[in-house]
Amino acid sequence: MQEGRKPEPAVVEPWKDPGAVPYIRIQEVTKKFGDFTAVNNVSLNVYKQELFCLLGGSGCGKSTLLRMLAGFEEPTSGKIFIDGQDMAGIPPYSRPVNMMFQSYALFPHMTVQDNIAFGLKQDHKPKREILDRVASMLELVKLSSFAKRKPHQLSGGQRQRVALARSLVKEPKLLLLDEPLGALDRKLRESTQFELMNIQDKLGVTFMVVTHDQEEAMTLASRIGVMNLGQIVQVGTPSEIYEFPTSRFVADFIGTVNMFEGRIIDEDNDYVRIASEEAGCTIFINHGVAAPPNAHLCVAVRPEKITITHEPPVQIGENCAHGIIDGIAYMGDMSVFNVKLDSGKMVKVTRPNLIRHAEDAITWDQRVWLQWDPASGVVLTT
Amino acid sequence: MSRRTSPALWAWLAAGFAFLYIPILSLVFFSFNQSKLVTVWGGFSTRWYAALMRNEQILGAAWLSVKIAAISAVLAVILGTLVAVCLTRFGPFRGRVKTEVLTGLSLLLLFVAMEQAFGWPAGRGTLTIIIAHTTFALAYVAVVVQSRLTGMDPSIEEAAMDLGARPAKVFFLITLPIIMPALVSGFLLAFTLSLDDLVISSFVSGPGSTTLPMVIYSKVRLGLSPEINALATLLVVVVAIGVIAAGLVLKQADQARQRDAKMAASK
Repeated sequence: MQEGRKPEPAVVEPWKDPGAVPYIRIQEVTKKFGDFTAVNNVSLNVYKQELFCLLGGSGCGKSTLLRMLAGFEEPTSGKIFIDGQDMAGIPPYSRPVNMMFQSYALFPHMTVQDNIAFGLKQDHKPKREILDRVASMLELVKLSSFAKRKPHQLSGGQRQRVALARSLVKEPKLLLLDEPLGALDRKLRESTQFELMNIQDKLGVTFMVVTHDQEEAMTLASRIGVMNLGQIVQVGTPSEIYEFPTSRFVADFIGTVNMFEGRIIDEDNDYVRIASEEAGCTIFINHGVAAPPNAHLCVAVRPEKITITHEPPVQIGENCAHGIIDGIAYMGDMSVFNVKLDSGKMVKVTRPNLIRHAEDAITWDQRVWLQWDPASGVVLTT
Repeated sequence: MSRRTSPALWAWLAAGFAFLYIPILSLVFFSFNQSKLVTVWGGFSTRWYAALMRNEQILGAAWLSVKIAAISAVLAVILGTLVAVCLTRFGPFRGRVKTEVLTGLSLLLLFVAMEQAFGWPAGRGTLTIIIAHTTFALAYVAVVVQSRLTGMDPSIEEAAMDLGARPAKVFFLITLPIIMPALVSGFLLAFTLSLDDLVISSFVSGPGSTTLPMVIYSKVRLGLSPEINALATLLVVVVAIGVIAAGLVLKQADQARQRDAKMAASK
């Protein structure tokens, strides 16, 4: 899921640098529509040249947050600073921000060229400069031969690139993207994702992307903010979010996960043992947990971190469950096994299909053993 | 359900069309009548057209009607568009009652009261007809424009604002061109309504401002005249040419659009 994104040496993880000045500062922002709270007390810092993804299901408030940055909505309370400037009362047409809309929102009565030139004309740039900048933008999005077309004469992917060019041509310091790849088919999405990342590297713009697609967020983002019910529940790099979710919601929302309910029976600074009836074994985790002894909690284990075998392991003990194959989904590059443990708990295990037609292929109704590493379990208390 | 339409249905359809069009056809037919008697055929002639061209009263009334229709249609489009923008952007208002006689009567009372209060509009005449026609036609324009505005993606306007255009500029550069087809059809609707109106005009007109429908009505009361037939035929021809031309232009634009969309999709 994680594509290798080469970080720029100059901006490696500015969020870890206590001296770094955030480019966007969102302070305790709340937005209410009547009785409904769309965004609930959100605070967030985003740094220059980041590609920040707001990820969440529909109605989680991510689009409202984006619209407040663009200036289409005013926060009910709280403050938003962009580049140190308080944005309160500043209308959209005076903000150093441009937005790419989910529907692309191209002007249907203008050609591609005029669409892209619109923003520059509003700034009363000289004609020569407008022509040059539009031409170089068209080149960047590979649409030079389509300059004279109207939006309805373009395919979905081309429209999307026009929308991108139009929002980039004013060289905003911050670009807001609302579900930028939502309307594209899978192949086009993948190539566009890399195009977006290239453009971002080339122009050094700060990107703020809203998406409901976790794969998109994982591929694009330098950091992800996961939103639920108007609040940001976790902020982190894609691998932090995936490997170290801090709540059941995040663990469940990003990727697939197996959750085992359990109770701490033994703990120290550098390990914890959890008895889990659901798993049918004791779960050993090689890092400490900030939870009282005997606390009830939950252990999350990703399907790809579990190994599945016919043979019982040499030493049956911790982190070792057994059950019966209940279902198999063949996905081509890998297979997903649904294993029913003795407790009745269903566990998902994935295994890459390394060999064609393996002799010892695992099939339905077989008894199998599941094992995982002490470093693989994540303890979730909330 | 059978795919074939039964003969009885065809008969009903024919009867319906006959009911609508036979009066008009007979009117056209008798406009070429040589005889002075409207219902007796006396041979082919265009004398009533010639007579019409010499009739100062009818020509004057027709010209006045066209002027009033044009001015009030322009005003109705401007005001109706404003109303439509307000209705779509700021939610619906309650209570929209409309009756022609009521409109005419209430406007008459308003004009009289206004004249007494501050001397404007001075007397009833062309100006009061224009105001009255604008008032009732703008509601129709508003409905047409409103439906176009609701069908428009609001993020298009937001995008323009995001790119640095102030609200007034957004309206003139983005919104107006997009809703232009609705303005054109609204204008034609208002023009036709004004040209056609008898009831409201009768209430608010004054001496010297007799519109074409009022002339026709007063003439018809004294008995049918072949001249009126000729006038009506000319009106039918003009309207038909207008409607057919508009239809052809719209159809061509639509076909071009579909062709383009297909071309873009196949790439």
